[in-house]
Amino acid sequence: MIVAKRKPVGEIAEMAAPYKKVAVVGCRSCVAICLAGGEKEVKMLVSALKVKNKKEGRKQEFEGLVVERQCEKEWVKEVEETILGADLVLSMACSLGAQTIGDMYPEKLVFPGLNTSFFGVPEEQGVWTEKCVGCGNCIIHTTGGICPIARCAKSMLNGPCGGSSNGHCEVNLEIDCAWHAIHERLKLQKRLDLIEKVTPPKDWSTSHSGGRRVYTRDDARLTQHQKKGKEAVQ
Amino acid sequence: MAERRPKVVGFCCEKHAMDAAVLSARSGKKYDASVRIVKVPCSGRVDGIHVLKALEDGADAVFVMGCLEKNCYYDTGSIEGRKRVNYVKSMLEEAGVEKERVEMFNASSTNAWAFPEAVTKMVDVAKRLGPLGKGGEEQ
Repeated sequence: MIVAKRKPVGEIAEMAAPYKKVAVVGCRSCVAICLAGGEKEVKMLVSALKVKNKKEGRKQEFEGLVVERQCEKEWVKEVEETILGADLVLSMACSLGAQTIGDMYPEKLVFPGLNTSFFGVPEEQGVWTEKCVGCGNCIIHTTGGICPIARCAKSMLNGPCGGSSNGHCEVNLEIDCAWHAIHERLKLQKRLDLIEKVTPPKDWSTSHSGGRRVYTRDDARLTQHQKKGKEAVQ
Repeated sequence: MAERRPKVVGFCCEKHAMDAAVLSARSGKKYDASVRIVKVPCSGRVDGIHVLKALEDGADAVFVMGCLEKNCYYDTGSIEGRKRVNYVKSMLEEAGVEKERVEMFNASSTNAWAFPEAVTKMVDVAKRLGPLGKGGEEQ
């Protein structure tokens, strides 16, 4: 899932200050799970902004609402009226949600309320860790199911660097060394021979370095004829 | 003109905190009548939004009172309550609002002083900081 963190209330308030009517739009998907932009977080942010305005004597209108998935146009469409009626849309979803609203209503101002951080998993209650960078060419079948690209500070492909010490990373001793973890996992799986396999330099063209990536599945796409039919129904 | 009476809201758990409040009254202890008590099943039931909403709707200061952390009726309720109060305090700090307006207290049902002391502390904070809306028109 996508992990995000709320921007400080003061920073959000500063961004929103020039606008009278602000729609705070949350998302019930990833950012709700990482407690950054779900229903409760939207309510709390709206309330905190109102308390701040009350203290500073600023008058603004805030409306908090949440959609099922802000990165999908169908769900955003459900709150179209509020979006169009607002001077500013403050997105409490990941950047994908904010950009979806921006693309759908290019004349509207859409500001991010969250800092989109990484692809991660809920490790334990209140803790999320990064496990993938979306490089576009997954190799975890050769590394015991642990991604060295995301979890090694240097994204090493052929074992640890010289800074690995007692299973920890030299960058921060609180971070586990990914290659130590890979070694332990492969040992457990009795596949240690894989650690000796030399991985050639990675082809990063599938990653972000190649520019914006677009993924298509022709069997799922609509033909022009189907699109016209769908539009007619709508 | 009469002095403005501060508005303090106290979310009290119905176990030790409310018992402590009742005991303080029965023991003849006095506390400022500015406090509005909201009885809740457990201080862990109090969410950040309840505290913020109280401030938004006119409270000058808000406190949550639960059982002692090692003697909570629901085991970890008052620990949860404190975590949430701390989160609200951090949000207020980020927003440039005095975080002292929100506080967490713990009480034992046999402590007749805990409740009046908490009320006095929060009324003092409310008097010192004044109403939230003083910067301009209240929304």
